[in-house]
Amino acid sequence: MQALTPAAAAIELRGIEKSFGSVHAVRGVSLRIETGTITGIVGENGAGKSTLMSILYGLYRADAGEIWVDGQPVEMASPRDAIAHGIGMVHQHFMLIDSFTVLENMVLGAEGGLLLAGGLAAARAELARLARDYGLSIDPDVRVANLSVGEQQRVEILKVLFRGARILILDEPSAVLTPQETDRLFRILQTLRERGVTVVLITHKLREIMAATDRVYVMRQGRMVVERRTRDTSSEELAELMVGRKVRLDLDKAAPRQGEILLRAEHLSLVDDRGVRLLDDVGIELRAGEIVGIAGVTGNGQSELLQVLAGIRAPSEGRLTVCGRTLDARHPGNPADMRVLGLAHVPEDRLRQGMVAAFEASETSILGYQDGPPFTRHYLLDGPAVGAHCAQLMERFDVRPRSPGLRSSHFSGGNQQKLVLAREIARQPKVLLVGQPTRGVDIGAIEFIHRELVKARDAGCAVLVVSVELDEILSLADRILVMFAGRIVGEVEPGRADERRLGLMMAGADAA
Amino acid sequence: MTAPRRPLPAWAEIAMLPLVNIALAFIVVGVIVAIIGVDPFHALRLLVVGALGSSESIGYTLYYATNFTFTGLAVAVAFHAGLFNIGGEGQAYIGGLGCGLAVLALDRWLPAWLLAPLAIAASALFGAAWAAVPAWAQAWRGSHIVITTIMFNFVASALMVYLMVNVLIAPGSMTPQSRTFAPSGRIPAMHDALQAIGISVAPSALNLTIVLAVLCCAAVWVFLWHTPWGYALRTMGHNPEAAVYAGTNLRRMTMLAMCLSGGLAGFVGVNELMGVHHRIVLDFPAGYGFAGIAVALMGRNHPLGIMLAALLFGALQQGGAELAFEIPSITREMVVVIQGLIILFSGALAHLPRPWLQVLFARRA
Repeated sequence: MQALTPAAAAIELRGIEKSFGSVHAVRGVSLRIETGTITGIVGENGAGKSTLMSILYGLYRADAGEIWVDGQPVEMASPRDAIAHGIGMVHQHFMLIDSFTVLENMVLGAEGGLLLAGGLAAARAELARLARDYGLSIDPDVRVANLSVGEQQRVEILKVLFRGARILILDEPSAVLTPQETDRLFRILQTLRERGVTVVLITHKLREIMAATDRVYVMRQGRMVVERRTRDTSSEELAELMVGRKVRLDLDKAAPRQGEILLRAEHLSLVDDRGVRLLDDVGIELRAGEIVGIAGVTGNGQSELLQVLAGIRAPSEGRLTVCGRTLDARHPGNPADMRVLGLAHVPEDRLRQGMVAAFEASETSILGYQDGPPFTRHYLLDGPAVGAHCAQLMERFDVRPRSPGLRSSHFSGGNQQKLVLAREIARQPKVLLVGQPTRGVDIGAIEFIHRELVKARDAGCAVLVVSVELDEILSLADRILVMFAGRIVGEVEPGRADERRLGLMMAGADAA
Repeated sequence: MTAPRRPLPAWAEIAMLPLVNIALAFIVVGVIVAIIGVDPFHALRLLVVGALGSSESIGYTLYYATNFTFTGLAVAVAFHAGLFNIGGEGQAYIGGLGCGLAVLALDRWLPAWLLAPLAIAASALFGAAWAAVPAWAQAWRGSHIVITTIMFNFVASALMVYLMVNVLIAPGSMTPQSRTFAPSGRIPAMHDALQAIGISVAPSALNLTIVLAVLCCAAVWVFLWHTPWGYALRTMGHNPEAAVYAGTNLRRMTMLAMCLSGGLAGFVGVNELMGVHHRIVLDFPAGYGFAGIAVALMGRNHPLGIMLAALLFGALQQGGAELAFEIPSITREMVVVIQGLIILFSGALAHLPRPWLQVLFARRA
């Protein structure tokens, strides 16, 4: 930890307020970020972290409050102002043009003059200087499409530094990275700090806060609840502060009692219209009473695997046997039939697949189960039965508020997820596919969802969990399969899994 | 800082907002009418009296409303499935062809009680078939339904002209219309039907098809909100990916939605041909198909709302005609302007007064 200069803070926020309609997203937040430090901002989804940073970056205007940069009050009307004041933001989703080279991406928006050549030459020189000063070397002439995700992120950081940023905001930077790439990112951030750059790290991963930051602010329900020096705190304390009550991060579960094989995928492949192999010779056996976790970095075929297993897409090659029925390219299934066979599916993206935002919660609570009893009798939907069913699910899975008549979109992410999970588990399926069980869900709900999944397992259900959160896979799964580039590249027992080895497999380095 | 805006109560959203919209439209219309030198209050009185002032004018208002209900429902059913059916005009036209062909073929042999259901079914079938082609093109070939349904309006129009001039024209007739339907191929007029039970009203074009319109409203409501197919249809409209996840076949659902939509539009043919003209004529859809879009929009795609919107449009049609008759400086075109303004305010600008109402309600609360 370096000595804090008595000079003004890099950023100071005073009494920031922001409301969206009736939602009070940021409530009187004040914070101080010292120059040349790494400051973490943690909070659950919806705690207001991103809104706060968007205000700082000029994307939103605060309803009230002041922003001070280097001891001067400033107006942030647009990102242009933020950049002018030396603030740069690296977004969770990269803003790069794949078919351009690193250099071309660099000058985008700062082309400098009528002809591109001059700007490019200047950029090349500047890039060389940045590489020297910050140890961020990258080939300026390679196309972005040919870079790994970690390298693309480095280009994003370089782009921000290229614009003259001295204050760097990173929004959930590790969401798309393997553990190794995350470590590398943190080493880069340390180097930047040593060179006097101020870094603000927004994340909900406590491990990263503990590993990378000097100081941490915790947000809860729009308020800044506490500020801590990182070395004076612990993950447990931060978790408790984020949620406002004690949370158990570990999950204690008994050893699995594995039964018969309920789902078997053999040499499953999926080729899309352009001939890209999205799934390549995937083999999985899923037994009753176990949780199998699929680990992997986003976009390595996990989504497609779930779709094929759930009967949404037919495999191009290979065979899938679920609860005694066999499907292949010539005998495709469909999700409705699969449900009848006893397969339930909690989709990865609840808003896009798992529910209809405009429907009432009670209507969402029967999605996929609307045909036939108990919801349809004599060709008519039984409204009272649907409502009662939804109320029952809400009671059992603690969905709040308990209003079956409320629009689905008016529930928080965690409660939406609980409702979808409740719908799928309630039928006591034989096989349960779960995609990203806790994406965008607050810590309190994560705990609950994990316990419910283990409960389903103990009741004899065969559970397949796909998640990009390695911690989640490690704590939930009885067996871990790692996916890379559409293939299952290895199987690991969670007891003997270490993150390093898993990370290498996820990056395709240990394809055995 | 402005006060946070709360959503309006449901009753205000459904009942008050459209009324405010219509009031705004009438204010603008009033200004225009005043500019051309007519007393707007006098014109308004003529309009209202013309639409609702006598049993005859009420009859005509309801007769127009019957057509608007069918086309409004047609647009709404497609809309709930996420499809924008602009082809109501052509589907009504071809629906009428089906209805007319059934009657022409059978009116000499079958009694009315048997022929009417058959002809009604034929109009729905032909309307549905006319909608099924664009639906198929969208579901399997990806051709956009807005484009194809518009084009099908022109095809329908050309086809009907050809058939009327060359095939269906009554022998020896100078005008392109079919022979007159036999009495068994007619839907009884309302004044005759009421006469039979001892109620005397002035004759108008209103006929018993209006009963079919009300039944259709009820059926659409039950279908959309109380059957699993309606549920799946609405799921597709709101979120196609969720519908796939739930196991709905989007292609089949697209076909179903468009066929229902086209069938509903086809019923315009029943009202016009069996109810009024008693023969197949040219151009009987007269814009009802397009107005159905506005009716559905104004009725918030809900059958009850559509019924009310259809009544309003019917009243405007009838009252507007009276107005043009009474005041020479207000022409037919002027009446179209009035209708256009109401469509503008209740369609494109429908959400304009919402913030004002919200402020009003926030103050009151």
